[in-house]
Amino acid sequence: MSRKIVATLFIVGFAAVPVIAKLLGQPYYLTLFGRILIYCISALSVNLLLGFVGLVSFGHAMFLGIGAYAVGICAYYGIESGFVQWPLGIAAAALAGLIVGAISVRLTGLYFIMITLAFGQLFYFVASGLTLYGGDDGMTIDARSGFGGYVNLGNQTTLYYLILAIMLLFLVLLHRLSRSRLGMVIAGIRANESRMQALGFPTYRYKLIGFVISATMCSVSGLLLANLTDFVTAQYMTWQRSGEILVMALVGGMSSLFGPVIGATALLLFEEVFSAYTDHWAVILGPILVLIVLYMPHGLWGLLPDSKKASS
Amino acid sequence: MTQFATQLLNGLQLGVALFLMSAGLTLVLGIMNFVNLAHGSFFMIAAYVAATTYKYTQSFVVSGLAAVASAFAVGVAVDIICVRKLYDRDHLAHVLATFGLTLFFNEAVRIIWGPAGIFAAVPPFLAGQVEIAPGLIYPVYRLVVLGVGVVTGLGLYGVIVKTRAGMIVRAGGSDRMMAAAMGVNIRTLSAAVFGAGAALAGLAGFMAAPMVAVQSGMGDPILILTLVVIVIGGIGSVRGAVLASLVVGVVDTLGRVYIPMAIGSTLPRAVADALSPALTSMLIYLIMTAILVFKPRGLLPASTG
Repeated sequence: MSRKIVATLFIVGFAAVPVIAKLLGQPYYLTLFGRILIYCISALSVNLLLGFVGLVSFGHAMFLGIGAYAVGICAYYGIESGFVQWPLGIAAAALAGLIVGAISVRLTGLYFIMITLAFGQLFYFVASGLTLYGGDDGMTIDARSGFGGYVNLGNQTTLYYLILAIMLLFLVLLHRLSRSRLGMVIAGIRANESRMQALGFPTYRYKLIGFVISATMCSVSGLLLANLTDFVTAQYMTWQRSGEILVMALVGGMSSLFGPVIGATALLLFEEVFSAYTDHWAVILGPILVLIVLYMPHGLWGLLPDSKKASS
Repeated sequence: MTQFATQLLNGLQLGVALFLMSAGLTLVLGIMNFVNLAHGSFFMIAAYVAATTYKYTQSFVVSGLAAVASAFAVGVAVDIICVRKLYDRDHLAHVLATFGLTLFFNEAVRIIWGPAGIFAAVPPFLAGQVEIAPGLIYPVYRLVVLGVGVVTGLGLYGVIVKTRAGMIVRAGGSDRMMAAAMGVNIRTLSAAVFGAGAALAGLAGFMAAPMVAVQSGMGDPILILTLVVIVIGGIGSVRGAVLASLVVGVVDTLGRVYIPMAIGSTLPRAVADALSPALTSMLIYLIMTAILVFKPRGLLPASTG
């Protein structure tokens, strides 16, 4: 099966979930796949840095948390309009991304991993210190984001299709980005940064732009997660969460556009299926991750034949 | 004053534990450029083994040996099964594989020892308290931990700075390619360092067991602290690890006591209660961020140390 067919099958499958859930009388599937799609968005945003810019962010859960808290804190003060919550969350994440990125993208390799980890921890401790908004115990959100009379997110199916639409929109945007001038410059930086500098490109600025876009995308997954779970907690921002998002992108295959979607889906479905049989599914998942690293350097996506190129 | 002395001792004790953890990790990072997120698992496994062995043998020495030996054995096994195959790969592969190992070990101890965590007893002959200075009463066990840590740390430092084996390790840390060109077998060296690092992490876990909750995931927070230490000290630098361990241990411990007091006396209570836990936890990350911005190679970079 070529990659194009698999990608199409995935998208058709996601679109069919509400219908199947209704036929089987399993409304829970909507929540499950909604969560999967949300983590697809997070993994895509991390992969923008990972696959495009070549930077390993170990702190992306902070942006997910910022989005989630934008919904939670607004709702706490009775501001339930999504027209306020969402731009606020996205702007906050963009600002945080700008500040964190301005400091972090100067560094490379291991140092970049460590500084994003440090910032992730800083934001996590801020959130867990916000006891007014639940801290580590979390806070229930009474009403989902309201969009006037246009979209009613209280309806689980509507929310699911909104999540799917946003995921697809991001896929398209990333595809366009990779073919834009900005995307070309970023790909050049990943391949050889000093050469790009010699060509006169301000590489720092381009990497920062990549970081801010990635942060903004990730915050959208947070906005959606808070709406899906009706809950926000500092636990959304732990370093383990950042690690999981990174693992999703890697398992799927970071050198591709669609890989993170496969990775997030595979990982969360694995967790779902095996946790039905045993509480100890992590004992199986751990060695699988090791095997994937050892024997599938391009992730699950890399196993599929490429329709355009003979080898990749 | 007494309180300050007690907290300083607590801080030094955390610092010593952090040094035992970071010594092996920083060398593996420095020599092989390998990121090991599973280092905290060695700490955890040793703590479990120590608690269980002590329960059955009632011998502090036997449980200590068993703990260190188990951490060493797991370390060597991990090196053979996966780590040495990953040296040629990038940091991402290291992070992903060792993240998987951590998942495995955290769940494995839950299967073996149960989900609730277990209790590690302080041996009776170390259970009391002692007055080390007028008015300064301190638990004997913590004092012993501090002592063992300092002795091990000094011994390790002596080995690394004074012996031929240590010279090879340092050579590998400052310039791997050059050391290899001089005839050092880098693979053997890194396997030895990896195993020794795991054993040291095991020693830290064994000593920490009676003072913390022995439970699944207990290695994760200390792993993160260890990574902070390594970055602050300078990757691959043993001297940096010594300095940074003590700085992080003391600053973190003193910060937890004095920041809430300072904030509590200046700001209204409600604000202080919300602010101080966050601020105290953030302190060392703020230091690390500052170091990365202003001295990205760490306080004592490996090539000069």
